[in-house]
Amino acid sequence: MSSPHLPIKEIGEVSLVGEGTTIKSISETVCRVTENPAPRGWWIGFLLAFNFTGIMGLAIGYLFWTGIGVWGNNAPVFWAWDITNFVWWIGIGHAGTLISAVLFLFRQKWRTSINRFAEAMTIFAVLCALVFPGIHVGRIWYAYYMLPLPNEMQMWPNFKSPLIWDVFAVSTYATVSALFWYVGLIPDLATLRDRARTALRRRIYGGLALGWRGANRHWQNYERAYLILAAISTPLVFSVHSVVSFDFATSLMPGWHTTIFPPYFVAGAVFSGFAMVMTLMLITRAVYGLRSIVTMKHLELMNKIMLTTGSLVGYAYAMEFFIAWYSGNEYERYIFFVNRATGPYAWAYWIMVSCNVLSPQVFWSKKMRTSIPVMFVVSILINIGMWFERFVIIVTSLHRDFLPSSWGYFRPTLVDIFIYLGTLGLFFTLFLLFIRWVPMIAIAEVKATLPEADAHYDPSAPEGEHDDEHGHGGEPVAAEAE
Amino acid sequence: MSDKDKKPALILAEFGTAYAVLHAAERVRDAGYKNWDTHTPFPIHGMDKAMGLEQSKLGPIVFGAAMTGTTVAFFMMWWMNGVDYPLVIGGKPGFSLPSQIPIMFELTVLFSAFASVFGMFGLNKLPRHHHPLFNSDRFTSCSDDKFFVAIEAEDPKFDLEKTQKLLEQCHADHVELVYDDNEGGLPSEEEAHG
Repeated sequence: MSSPHLPIKEIGEVSLVGEGTTIKSISETVCRVTENPAPRGWWIGFLLAFNFTGIMGLAIGYLFWTGIGVWGNNAPVFWAWDITNFVWWIGIGHAGTLISAVLFLFRQKWRTSINRFAEAMTIFAVLCALVFPGIHVGRIWYAYYMLPLPNEMQMWPNFKSPLIWDVFAVSTYATVSALFWYVGLIPDLATLRDRARTALRRRIYGGLALGWRGANRHWQNYERAYLILAAISTPLVFSVHSVVSFDFATSLMPGWHTTIFPPYFVAGAVFSGFAMVMTLMLITRAVYGLRSIVTMKHLELMNKIMLTTGSLVGYAYAMEFFIAWYSGNEYERYIFFVNRATGPYAWAYWIMVSCNVLSPQVFWSKKMRTSIPVMFVVSILINIGMWFERFVIIVTSLHRDFLPSSWGYFRPTLVDIFIYLGTLGLFFTLFLLFIRWVPMIAIAEVKATLPEADAHYDPSAPEGEHDDEHGHGGEPVAAEAE
Repeated sequence: MSDKDKKPALILAEFGTAYAVLHAAERVRDAGYKNWDTHTPFPIHGMDKAMGLEQSKLGPIVFGAAMTGTTVAFFMMWWMNGVDYPLVIGGKPGFSLPSQIPIMFELTVLFSAFASVFGMFGLNKLPRHHHPLFNSDRFTSCSDDKFFVAIEAEDPKFDLEKTQKLLEQCHADHVELVYDDNEGGLPSEEEAHG
């Protein structure tokens, strides 16, 4: 494996998959998960998650029957767990798009081992997020007021409101993520179709694979479509969380009305998303024996991204304090220096800081960065910390508004808790169904990173000789579509 | 399949490595064939040039859709908020361009995404569940670890013996004739007994 023909080594990189991985073993390793009966652990996880989904259904039914008074929200905390959960879930989704689109544009080939997984997570997280704006109106039968559809008031939505931007941003994001995911899946569904041993599997996977036959004339358009989707998803993912932050930043609440919000929210979203990918990946990798495809190298790179984004988030926290002090505005100073750091919700604030800013700092050490128990614990802490970040932003700003007589202390009700835990159940139900029935690693993309996949790699050529005979067709390389 | 009158739909050559199939593609290109393709489990870098293909036509399609998205969003918001029912909130004008930018951007992305996915399906003529290639048993490993060159009988230069010989000279591991069945499902009676 040390031949100079291996192009990936020429630039001093190590192989992206474990030793001994071949084109055939990749198909086998990934496909057998969907072909063999599910292990007992899968059933336990699935039934547990499905139960939580059922609890969510009951809690939402009760909410529709009674009204949103069943939540702990009240004046002046009009927004609480509903929007906290919404922003948390949307943020988790962002890592999937970052991995599938941004890292693709930067030619970070290590993404191939985790992108399918992360994209699936994106779609499921966005679905969980969509539950909250869907139900928070209480009267669900008026939810279509959010869309520019004719209604009995003969009015249109106010397009100057960031909340309607959010409707467009999130629904576009959900649609584009689903399309991107499906396009990536087509060649792998064809692999499952061709391996199918029963007629039913052949029909279902064959139908979904659309008759894909790996033709180069198809790959050409396919790769172009993939590139365009990556190129449009990249600004899209930044726009989505920026628009989410506009919901806050365009208001006049101290603590929300800050220009740092869009980049701060995007960094936080990527941070929390990577943490969720890490949590899920560590479990799945161990359960299904995917260590040769998802190597320590991948995990270490993800930890580096978490360290970077975690420190960016820490910078944003510090900058909020600095600007509050520097602006000289007494409301701003009060909300940060008094209310957040020492007020009734100071416990939440310090949980947020220790989970998000302090815990990823252990990744400066290579030993910590490559220790599976450490990264598992840190990824869980980040998931918790990022939920508290949204809770702190929303509830601490609202619970002490401009009218001291209405100051109060928000407490969630059981229905709040059930719906939140229920979305976790929904997420894991969908996720477990995904790993059971869909190739969870992008088979075709991982194959393309192997040394054998490079057309210049001639396994029969003697060591130390490059393949110069294969010319570049006389055309300048830049003219070629990639 | 021994019926001599029946013309094969295509000749299929199997290769074991990406290296071999790329060089075979160069030779088939140089021999002047037009209706042919390579079939690989993953896109092979440099294959477009080896086959002598031009750039994908998807870009202009998506650009058109993107501009449509921007325009639709602009006129929708201008008409709804500026003309049909202006909402006066905070004394702001009914229609104001800066606040419409986010939705114009989102619809641009949405239309582009649909155009790139469905445009790709259109250019590739997918879905297509019936194709002579699916009649070959060996072809199922195309989505696993084997590489193929398929030359269609429709090609003006197609000649059963010469084409077969060309593919054998490219060091194919296996060359076979693939026949079309008559209707998309089961093979015809003639083929079944052939």
